[in-house]
Amino acid sequence: MNSLKPNEKLDIRYILKDLENYVPNKRPWVWRDVSPQEIREFTYMQASPGLKNYVPLPSARYLGEIDPQPDSVITTEIASGRFEDDIRRMRMAAYHGADHIMVIRTAGQSHFDGLLEGTPQGIGGIPVTRKQLRAQRKALDLIEEEVGRPINYHSYVSGVAGPEIAVLFVEEGVNGAHQDPQYNVLYRNINAIRSFVDAAESKKVLAYAGIAQIDGAHNANATARDAWKVMPELLVQHVINSRFSERVGIKADNICLSTVPPAASPTPDLKLNLPYAVALREFFSDYKMRAQMNTKYMDSSTREATVTHVLNLLISRLTSADIQSTITPDEGRNVPWHIYNIEALDTAKQAMVGMDDLLSMVELKDTGYLYNKKREIQERSILMMEEILEMGGYFTAVEAGMFVDSGEYPQRNNDGISRDINGGVGAGTVVKRDPDYFAPVTAHYGYNNVEQYDKNAVDDPSKLINGCTFEKPEMVKFIDELDDSDNVYLRLDETEKYRKGDLIKPEVEWLGDGTVVVDLFFPTTSKVAEAAAVEAGKKMNLINVEVIHKEVLHPSEGTRIQIKGTFAFDIEVDKLVLPEEMEQLSEDELLAFIKKNPIKVVAGTGGNDEHSVGLREVLDIKHGGIEKYGVKYEYLGTSVPIEKFVDAAIETNAQAILMSTIISHDDTHYKNMNKLHNYAIEKGVRDKLVLIAGGTQVTPEIARSNNMDQGFGRGTKGIHIASFIVKKINEMND
Amino acid sequence: MIERKDDYLQRREHLKSMSDSELKKYFFELADKLVDPLLDLGFKNTTKSIERSILLRMGFSSIQAKEIVEIISEIDLMSKGAGHCIYAISKKYDLGIEEAGSELINGKHVEFLMEYFGKNE
Repeated sequence: MNSLKPNEKLDIRYILKDLENYVPNKRPWVWRDVSPQEIREFTYMQASPGLKNYVPLPSARYLGEIDPQPDSVITTEIASGRFEDDIRRMRMAAYHGADHIMVIRTAGQSHFDGLLEGTPQGIGGIPVTRKQLRAQRKALDLIEEEVGRPINYHSYVSGVAGPEIAVLFVEEGVNGAHQDPQYNVLYRNINAIRSFVDAAESKKVLAYAGIAQIDGAHNANATARDAWKVMPELLVQHVINSRFSERVGIKADNICLSTVPPAASPTPDLKLNLPYAVALREFFSDYKMRAQMNTKYMDSSTREATVTHVLNLLISRLTSADIQSTITPDEGRNVPWHIYNIEALDTAKQAMVGMDDLLSMVELKDTGYLYNKKREIQERSILMMEEILEMGGYFTAVEAGMFVDSGEYPQRNNDGISRDINGGVGAGTVVKRDPDYFAPVTAHYGYNNVEQYDKNAVDDPSKLINGCTFEKPEMVKFIDELDDSDNVYLRLDETEKYRKGDLIKPEVEWLGDGTVVVDLFFPTTSKVAEAAAVEAGKKMNLINVEVIHKEVLHPSEGTRIQIKGTFAFDIEVDKLVLPEEMEQLSEDELLAFIKKNPIKVVAGTGGNDEHSVGLREVLDIKHGGIEKYGVKYEYLGTSVPIEKFVDAAIETNAQAILMSTIISHDDTHYKNMNKLHNYAIEKGVRDKLVLIAGGTQVTPEIARSNNMDQGFGRGTKGIHIASFIVKKINEMND
Repeated sequence: MIERKDDYLQRREHLKSMSDSELKKYFFELADKLVDPLLDLGFKNTTKSIERSILLRMGFSSIQAKEIVEIISEIDLMSKGAGHCIYAISKKYDLGIEEAGSELINGKHVEFLMEYFGKNE
C-alpha cells in the first residue's frame, strides 16, 4: 500500500508495520495556496485550489459535483481514545476539506512528568506518544497524497513535560501545536514559574521547525461565567503569549491567536461578538487568526450548535480567519462522533464558500456603535495591563486573582482564578543555571556557555556532539510498546472480524462499537416521553439505552427525544441483497446506435408533484443528461396528469416515458406507476412503450414490481437511462 | 481581587485623546514590559523537562532521559546541564554520547562528575 485508492480501505496494520524505520517528512506548517478559482460559471475570490479526491456538499449533485475550497485552513479535532480508529476519521475528514487535524490528549497527560510511550487507550482523547504520532503522521502522509493537499498535524505542548513534547513533535513531523503557559497556570494549576521557564524552551523548539503555534486564550471564554465580559482580558492573554513567543523567536506569521466569538444567540450575538473581533484583529494585525467556534453555550441540540457556528463563520467572513476551526455539533453531549466531525467541516465549507467575497459588497462602519465598542474593549484591556504592572507584574496579578474574574475589567467580582506563585504542580522545580551551564543541542533557549569548549560552536552547539536528532533523524530512539495488556494490537485483534469485510456493524467512533441513535417524537410531556423513549429503545433490542437529547415541542402536546443505544448484532455482508449495478453502454456505442435509430421520449413529474431538479439533471445536455447522447425529449413539466404522459407519447411517436415521482407519502409513487402502466394498456400501447419511473425514493426493484420496465433512484446519470432505453428497444425489436 | 464597580470612565481619561494607532503602540509597549521578566526567567533557569528534552535531542530515549536527569538532580548538578554532564563523561573517557549515558545510568562516573564540577570540596 504505497498509495491509497478511493475504493480501498486504509490498512491499519500496514500503517503499524515497520514504524520504527519510518521517517516522517519534516516540514513546517503549510497555509493554503490562496488564489481566485474559476469553477463552472462561478469565480470564487476567497478560495484555494480544489482537491484530487473529495466528497462535495450534498447539493453539489445539481451543480456537476463541484467542491470549491475556501481560503482558510480548516481544522477538525479528532480523538476518540483509540488513535487507530481516529486514522479512518482523518481520512474521511480530509475528503470533506480538513487540512488541519488536531489530536486531543487523554485526560491527565498534562500532569504526567515525562513522555508516554506505546499505544494505550485514552479517555476523552489519546495518550500522545511517539508511536501514535508516527503512525498518524505516516497515515496522513498517504492521505494528503490521496486528496492532493498538504495536511497539518497538530497536538498540545502543555503540562509539565512541554519541552520534551515539543522536541518529540519536531522529530515526528508535527506541524502545529497549542502552546500557552497561561493555560498551564490558570486551568491546570501547574506552577507559574515552571510553566514560563518550560514555555520559553518549548517555543524555541517550535520556532526551529516552523511549527505554527496556537494560544490558549479561548479557554477564558469557556470558563468565565458570562463569556462576553472577559473580552478585555482576552486581549491581555493573547498579547502576553504572542509577544513572549515572538521574542523567543517564533515568526509572527506562525503565531496564531485562538479566538472564539464569546457570546451566542439568544444573546444579540453579532452586537457582542463583532466589535470584539474587530478590536482583536486591529491590534494583532501582525499575527494570524485561528477562529474557533463557540462551545460555552452548547447544549445537546446539534441544530442549535450548528446555527451558533454559522453565526461564528459570519464573523470570520466579516473580519478574517487564517485558520477556521470547527467544533462538532455533538460536543455538548459526547466525545465527538465521526458523523459530526464531517457535519462541522461541511458547515464551515458551505458557509465560507457561500459567503465568498462578502466584504466586496458590504463594509463595516468605522463610526457609531461598532467603532465605540471596539475602542472601549481595547482601552479596557490597556487599563488591565497598567494595573498588572502597578501590582508588580504577571505573577502577582495571577496570585491576586486578576484573571478569569466574571466582571468586565475594570469591574471586579472577586471570583477570578488565583494561583500561589510557590504552589501548584511542579512548584520549586526550577533550577538556576550556573555560569558554566551548557547544552550541546540545537534550538535551546537562554544562557548556554558553549565557548568554554569551542568558541566556533557558539552558533551551532550540537556541532560538539556531531549533530543532534534535529540534524540527524536516525539518532531518534523509537520505543515500541511498554504495556502488553493495553496496546493497539490487542484492540485490533478484538475487532479483527470487522476488518476483514465479511461482518459489519453500525459505528460512531470505534470499529464495531454498535452505537445507534434513534430520533423519536412522543405526543406527551417530557417526563413521560423520556421514559417511553428508553422503553422503545429496549423493545428495539438496543442495550445501554440512554437519552442524549430532549426538546419540548409543547408542554403537553409533545416532546422530541433522541436516544442512543448499542445494536448488538453483526450483519453478514455476504447475505445482504445489494442493489443491482446499472448496466452502462459506452458513450460511443450510445451515440452510434441513437444516430442510426433516433429515440424520442416524453418526460415530466407525475401527479401533484412540483419537483423537477432531478429530472432536469438526467434530461439536459448541460448536466450530462440523455440529450447528450442524441435522445430527443418532450418535457411536459411538473404535476403532469398520468394520462397525459401516454397521450403525449402517442401524439409525438415517442418510444419511452420518463416519469419522475418524488413524493412517496401514502405510497403515491407506487400508485402513479401502476396507473401509468394500466392507462398504457387501455390505450393499446403498453408493448410499444418503455416505461421508466425515477425519483429519490425509487429503486429498480420497487419500480419493476409496480409494472415499470425499470426504475432509477439517487445518483442516476443520463447515461444509465439512455443505456437502458437502448437495451430495451433492442429487446423489443428482437 | 476585591470587588469594585466599573470605573472605566474615570480610568480611561489619559487614553481618551490617543489616536487608534497611538493606542495600539501603547498596548504593545505595556505588553513588552509585562513579558520582559518572564523572558528573563526562561533565560536564566532550567527544569527537569528542559534537561530531558536536551537528552532526547542528544539521541537518548525518553526512558533513558528520565533516568539520567533523576541521577543528575540527585547529585545536584542540574545547574550545569544534564547534557553537559554526559558530554563531560564522553570527553573524559573517550566514549560515545550514548555509551556515556548508559554508563551513568549504570551507576558509573558520579565521582568524576562531582570532581569535574568542583562539588567535592
